[in-house]
Amino acid sequence: MLRVLKSPKIALGLGLFLFFTLIAIIGPSIAPYSDPLKLVGTPWQHPSGKFLLGTTQQGQDVYSQLLIGTRPTLVISLISGVIATVLSVVIGVSAGFFGGIGDNLLSMLANVFLVLPALPFLIVINSYLPAGGKSNSTLLAVIISLTGWAWGARVLRAQTLSMRKRDFVDAARISGERSWRIIIFEVVPNLVPVIASSFVFTVLYAMGTYVALAFIGAIDPNAPWSWGSMLFWAQSNTAAQVGGWYWFAAPGICVALLGTSLVLLNFGIDEFINPRLRAAGLSRKGLKAAGVRSSNTLGLTPVVRKTPVPAATILEETV
Amino acid sequence: MSGVVGNKRPAGRPGVRGDVVLEVTGLCVDYGFSEDAVHGVVDATLTLRRGEVLGLAGESGSGKSTLAYAITRLLRAPGVITAGDVRFHGQDGDYDLLAADGETMRQLRWSQLAVVFQSAMNALNPVLTVGSQLTDVLKAHRPDLDRHARRDRAAELLGLVGITSDRLSSFPHELSGGMRQRVMIAMALALEPEVLIMDEPTTALDVVTQREILEELVGLRDRLGFAVLFITHDLSLLIELADTIAVMYAGRVVEYAPATALFRSPRHPYTAGLLNSFPSLHGKRVAMTGIPGSPPDLRHVPAGCPFNPRCRHALDVCRREAPTLLELPSAGRRAASCWLQTEGYIPPEALALPEPTHAGARIVARTGALAADLRNSDPQDPQIEAAGSAL
Amino acid sequence: MTDPTNSARRHGAAPGGRVPALEARSLTKHFPVRGGWGMRKAVVHAVEDVNLVLHRGTVTSVVGESGSGKSTLARMLARLIEPTAGQVLLDGKPAPAGGREYSRLVQLVLQDPFASLNPVHGMRYILGRPLKIHGMAEGVATDDAIKDLLRRVALTPAEQFIEKMPHELSGGQRQRVAIARALAVQPEVLLADEPVSMLDVSIRLGVLNLLADLRDREQLAILYVTHDIASARYLADTIAVMYAGRVVEAGPAVQLTDRPQHPYTQLLLSAAPDPDRAESPSLAGAGSPPSLVNPPSGCRFHPRCPFAMPKCAEQNPPAFQVGPGQTSACWLHEGHTPKTSSTVSATAVEERTTRSIRDTSEG
Repeated sequence: MLRVLKSPKIALGLGLFLFFTLIAIIGPSIAPYSDPLKLVGTPWQHPSGKFLLGTTQQGQDVYSQLLIGTRPTLVISLISGVIATVLSVVIGVSAGFFGGIGDNLLSMLANVFLVLPALPFLIVINSYLPAGGKSNSTLLAVIISLTGWAWGARVLRAQTLSMRKRDFVDAARISGERSWRIIIFEVVPNLVPVIASSFVFTVLYAMGTYVALAFIGAIDPNAPWSWGSMLFWAQSNTAAQVGGWYWFAAPGICVALLGTSLVLLNFGIDEFINPRLRAAGLSRKGLKAAGVRSSNTLGLTPVVRKTPVPAATILEETV
Repeated sequence: MSGVVGNKRPAGRPGVRGDVVLEVTGLCVDYGFSEDAVHGVVDATLTLRRGEVLGLAGESGSGKSTLAYAITRLLRAPGVITAGDVRFHGQDGDYDLLAADGETMRQLRWSQLAVVFQSAMNALNPVLTVGSQLTDVLKAHRPDLDRHARRDRAAELLGLVGITSDRLSSFPHELSGGMRQRVMIAMALALEPEVLIMDEPTTALDVVTQREILEELVGLRDRLGFAVLFITHDLSLLIELADTIAVMYAGRVVEYAPATALFRSPRHPYTAGLLNSFPSLHGKRVAMTGIPGSPPDLRHVPAGCPFNPRCRHALDVCRREAPTLLELPSAGRRAASCWLQTEGYIPPEALALPEPTHAGARIVARTGALAADLRNSDPQDPQIEAAGSAL
Repeated sequence: MTDPTNSARRHGAAPGGRVPALEARSLTKHFPVRGGWGMRKAVVHAVEDVNLVLHRGTVTSVVGESGSGKSTLARMLARLIEPTAGQVLLDGKPAPAGGREYSRLVQLVLQDPFASLNPVHGMRYILGRPLKIHGMAEGVATDDAIKDLLRRVALTPAEQFIEKMPHELSGGQRQRVAIARALAVQPEVLLADEPVSMLDVSIRLGVLNLLADLRDREQLAILYVTHDIASARYLADTIAVMYAGRVVEAGPAVQLTDRPQHPYTQLLLSAAPDPDRAESPSLAGAGSPPSLVNPPSGCRFHPRCPFAMPKCAEQNPPAFQVGPGQTSACWLHEGHTPKTSSTVSATAVEERTTRSIRDTSEG
């Protein structure tokens, strides 16, 4: 498992993600002010020792807003990621495995959800929610996951289709295994990397959607308080025009960093599944150390007669 | 026009059958540089003569494909050639393939050293016709030919491998696997190479198709006089096809001998075991044993002789020290890498069978027949000729 | 349907009129393929009217090239594929359509041991599951039963192998595990679909000998599907040769390979690698198998057959008796007419052909 951390992509992605998770956990308790809306200073103060990230148009502490807003952002993204992934596994794998009419219906459903414009759809659904529902995190997560499962389901269906024809599935059937057991114990374990990758992407999607919904004011911008809420208020108070860049830059950069960490993790999973990406060949460094100019070696096996110089090369047997 | 393959050659060609055309000496190939580099090929020495079919036999991981790729410098990273010498004695001069630059290799590769790989039949471009793929090769390497000449030549090449010229306008997917593999052989022969390297060219094909292609290959070899390095795991096939056979195990050439001699009187216990792994098509059924254990992982090759854990004749010395490939007394040229065949040791009866008397005679007889065949062949009609020599 | 009493059409050994462990009667499989643009429904005639019997304590080999329908036949017998027509009889009774009871008695070993073992499971799971499913062993006894299985397929020390994952095993070892998995349920019939073709040459015999051992020691009825007729001759008691979905010739293994009667069998034998052969063989009937979407009328081999007669294109030949226990589905053998031998010699093919046909017509 430690080998995974050797990849700089995974290490960076994981580091960033753990950092934000830490903030989500301890953020509210280390925030200078526990209420993000509390007026604590004069408006539009630039970042300083007193207000690390400046103050808002009403004199609220942006730093506190950011720390407090991390938890709902992350929690809602993760919950919708989990729900959407479970949906996509159930729907995608069973459609792929059983085929036939069920597959046709489920595929059609997935296609409909794929082409559905997500934001307008969510806004419409939101407007039908009871008053209290709009600030219910779990309900929000469920609604976001509704539009996030279809892509993963399609990918998993395709993977399952190829998996279903694998010999070990036939072998399990010959042993007398029941279909549901074959799905859960033979097929799904082999799909774990795909599911993980799909989960990471869904979390990314959910975060983007959640922030966007809050930003356009489709959901209650104050409860729960999130990065989207900050963007909403910064926008409605024309922070950009009056020089309050820090108000939207802070949550914006955080969204970007969290997104980057998820993408990096996804690359890492990819590399982990696909050894070809891992062993792209001899490192340039190793060749250079051995005295071979890499420009010479394009399409030509290098000849290195000197004592080989140890180089950090990951080897895959290609014989 | 009517560029029959033989016509291109200068009348008094310097290359004579039996001359060495490709010489591999002490070739070592590693995968990677580090301390734990995998030794894919260790100290391989081979000689390929004009008009000869040299068979390279071995199981998975024996290094037989690595060797072929390394000779042509086509081995991809992390493969590195670490020692040895590969010399190509072409019509137009000698080449040191390991010192050659990219440009020289590129020119040599198709025109003089052609390669057909196992999956080659899937390497045809699916959106181009067979004819245009053949003419493209000619366009790139034979600028002196005009469009018509190229077309004729392409048709002629297909004729050589037993495909009628109406297939020129076919797309690869319209051809069977066997046909596509023939097209690949035709493409390899397009520039009249002196050496044809074939890596499991028929393994994916059915036996009947395989036999047809091999018969054609031998016929073409007889007529055109190129040399073939034929790589396969199927030793029983090689014994029929090849003049000389090199058996590889764990990256080393363990035995090298004329085909008949190898078959009738193997000198290395691995060769003997391998021969005893192919059930016969005739005679009384006898229980056979194969070889116990399995081929070694190249990352963990046993100390001493790499075959010793599977060898029933293994001695103490086999576990300590690796034997070297030693020339053995024989009518033909043969060598084995086994302690039992070195001075001071007495090999068991099974590894000391007398050689068949005609062991070395086969290639000579064939070569003589070829010369006659070449003289009598009608250069105007390659297709009839091809059919005639297809035995 | 075919008359089941017509024993000439049932290929396979029949010692002493015992009830075969497994029998295929007129098994036929047509795979529908989606027609492309025209949406015309096409059908691949993969297996056509195949009769086969598997007896306890014998190995029956089905030999054929790719596309001959041999694997489809094995999968129908394993009830992984539902036949289009025909019957599978288990112990003389119509077999239930798949299900656990059937898998208790009939087991299939697949070709590729690298694909047939799920990479995420260890040996304990892979071998323990069939034991558990069929109630062969419970609780603590399971480990002992698994070790027993490993020992039966010569994977020792079993204590070590039980802890391994598939990727830690070599190809030959994996195939032994696959066979052990099939043996776990103590089946009566073992179907092996090209069990050695993916293995290294030097370890193939080990697996073949294991199958021979299972036949002799445990009296299993074994079906050995292969493209390698030499290995079929080595292992099998009976060989059935398939071409383009039909059985063209069947008979005792050595007899059939020494005196092949059907032109296709002769072709197959002449094309097989044979180091003992002095000269290059002549191939009578070169070419490739036909498309099974539109198979040739009559005998499916007739477009390639060097002896084809007008009748061959019109009518599919039934199986004619050509020797003790040997049948050939070829019009040349209709009613043992000696004229076949003259036909053959007139075309001057292999000497062996003539000799063998004369042998039978005299015998």
